[in-house]
Amino acid sequence: MKDGHAPRRKLLIVGAALLAVLVITPFSGSYVIVLVTHALIFAILAMSLDILLGYTGLPSLGQAAYLGMGGYLTAILATRYQFGLDWTFWVVVALGMLIGAATAAFFGLFAIRATGVYFLMITLALGMCVWGLAYRWNSVTGGDNGIVLPPRPDFGIQLADDLTFFYVVFGFFLASLVMMTILVGSPFGRSLVGIRENELRMRILGYNTWLHKYIAFIIAGAFGGLAGVLWAHAHGLVSPEDVILATSVDALLMVVLGGPGTLVGGALGAGIVVALREYLSTLVPWWQYVLGGVYVLTILYLPGGLMSIPERVRRWRAQSRGAGVEKSLESASH
Amino acid sequence: MSSGIARSFSWGVVAAGLAFGAGVSRDAGAAQELRIGFLAPTTGIFAQVGKDMTNGFQLYLDEVKGDFAGAKVKFIVEDEEGKPPVGVRKVEKLIRQDKVHMFIGGLLASTGYALAPVSTRLKTVYVASIPAADDLTQRDSAKFPYLVRTGWTSSQPNHPFGEWACEQGYKRIAAIAADYAFGHEVVGGFQKAFEACGGRIIQKIWPPLGTIDFGPFLPAIKKDADAIFTLMVGPMSLQFPKQLASAGIKKPVLGGGTSYDEFVLPSMGDEVIGHVSALQYSAALETPQNAAFVKKYRGKYGKVPSYYSESNYTTAQMIHEVMKRTKGKWPGAQQFVKLLASVKLETARGPVRLDEMKNPVHNVYIRKVERKKLHGYDKDELWNSVIKTYPNVGQFWKFGKNEFLKQPVYSRDFPPCKHCE
Repeated sequence: MKDGHAPRRKLLIVGAALLAVLVITPFSGSYVIVLVTHALIFAILAMSLDILLGYTGLPSLGQAAYLGMGGYLTAILATRYQFGLDWTFWVVVALGMLIGAATAAFFGLFAIRATGVYFLMITLALGMCVWGLAYRWNSVTGGDNGIVLPPRPDFGIQLADDLTFFYVVFGFFLASLVMMTILVGSPFGRSLVGIRENELRMRILGYNTWLHKYIAFIIAGAFGGLAGVLWAHAHGLVSPEDVILATSVDALLMVVLGGPGTLVGGALGAGIVVALREYLSTLVPWWQYVLGGVYVLTILYLPGGLMSIPERVRRWRAQSRGAGVEKSLESASH
Repeated sequence: MSSGIARSFSWGVVAAGLAFGAGVSRDAGAAQELRIGFLAPTTGIFAQVGKDMTNGFQLYLDEVKGDFAGAKVKFIVEDEEGKPPVGVRKVEKLIRQDKVHMFIGGLLASTGYALAPVSTRLKTVYVASIPAADDLTQRDSAKFPYLVRTGWTSSQPNHPFGEWACEQGYKRIAAIAADYAFGHEVVGGFQKAFEACGGRIIQKIWPPLGTIDFGPFLPAIKKDADAIFTLMVGPMSLQFPKQLASAGIKKPVLGGGTSYDEFVLPSMGDEVIGHVSALQYSAALETPQNAAFVKKYRGKYGKVPSYYSESNYTTAQMIHEVMKRTKGKWPGAQQFVKLLASVKLETARGPVRLDEMKNPVHNVYIRKVERKKLHGYDKDELWNSVIKTYPNVGQFWKFGKNEFLKQPVYSRDFPPCKHCE
């Protein structure tokens, strides 16, 4: 049963969900606004990782590195040079993406030659290098103290207002989603999927698979840097704790939870993880078990993540209907 | 089209998920309620310390049955995990959702530096009962109008301690301390005072925060040092003296207060006997007030209170004092800060008042670890026996406020290690 309207319907539903977030959030408590903002920023990070994990088949454990680079750049420019606190905020956004991309371009030279577990380990090590820099390079990063940022930028629009900041972050999220969707739908994106499915075949077909992966890695780094710029301003603080392995793992799990290779899955995962981590943790002390349980169950029973549920339901229904038809045939023959 | 319905349904779930938590906010309660947010690490490597912090405050609340001069105290504890960014997120929750009048605590100096700007941004009182980051009440004091410190600055007890070390005839001391703001400031304070009276710090070793294997660091300690100055926190405190002893190093050991704090002292052995440290509190203080506090605390929680417990107990006591003056009414954030800064009290740690930069002036005790019977308990135990008291020590010691504030904050590189070899 081919459904020709599926893409349009999918678009419609994602649009409706995003609209719901946009409409409901302003009317909820100020803490919820902050949480949704955090979730949206992490959604950008998770989606950037999904390009690698879901589309290219590269499980990276170093995505926090780009978040850190973007965040520290923002903080250092803001505190040392008072740069990026007016309209230059947009310059910082561009610089943040650039530094994320540049870092990825550098790291990619080491990481892209490996695949599978080896890729995982190399990206982990590279991510820890950035953490080490943040923690040890006291004169620049403030070491363990991190850097406290001045109030958020004001360029006619005052980002210091949490609701305004939410709208801006939402805008960035939407733009990232659109750009990445276009990217994965493009011929370039299709060849990434090809590499994921069978790299050898792609190479034999004449594709420069290394270059494809390298470019995907850089693009993911750029969006990671963007998430970093926003994260620094959302928190008003960058700290080595933002760059630790746990952040990278969180991003990876968000993607796995939502469903790799779907983009919106990463966003969904980010929403759920942030909600559990920030909200449940204030209610019960054993919230980490809940989060762990959710991860384990997803990986065991939903390898395709939450986004694979509709597909599964459809298949299950088709199956039971098929079984029903058989049964009725059986009863008729008796 | 069942597939369509299923699809729509699942996308609906997406929408619901993203909108999760929308509209969950609690109302501000009755007028006579005093909402206090409390941040302590209740999970992770600092969980034990976090428990001491919470218990200290809770003990006082239980004593007054949660009633501060007519105001019912609503005490909300959040887990900050010993991580500054988590602390910031929890404070956002406490202020925005629970609408607390003030928040208290945080453990690490770095958490203090992260939380203070939030208090300014969200115009909410922050009582720093534990974070000892110097600049909160020194060079950056003006940036944090809503901050009051009831604890101490990292360098405060270590200024007199440096002088004390000179009096003992130590000339050359090697320092080994946890590598973060608190460690830098403790060592910095000690070094400044010690070198001002003719001593020399001959090396500084910085193991990362959370180190529990000191194997790589111990052999580096100079053999010809007269003594070792150490600053350890959390689980590091327990491991360092043990490994020092088993490495056969028998030099006199001086330490920042948290190295031998009572949160870890009962788990220690004979290896720490004779070690000397400086702090504004010792559970071994033989004042009637402290003896009563130790007995109450131990009766309830089964262990001797640490400075983490005492500091938060005293903080509760000081807040109560303010509420007595306002007859249980919340005076508004600015007025509350003013009132809290003017409190003078006899507490378990001794007399406490705050200076004009809202940091306590209190006694500093030089304490030696001894095994003895105390407070009427019939077993031999390890105690931080007070061997000398420096009364009413402020954060600037004898250096003079203006002189002191001209120098940069103590760090890894300040004061410079002129005598390092």
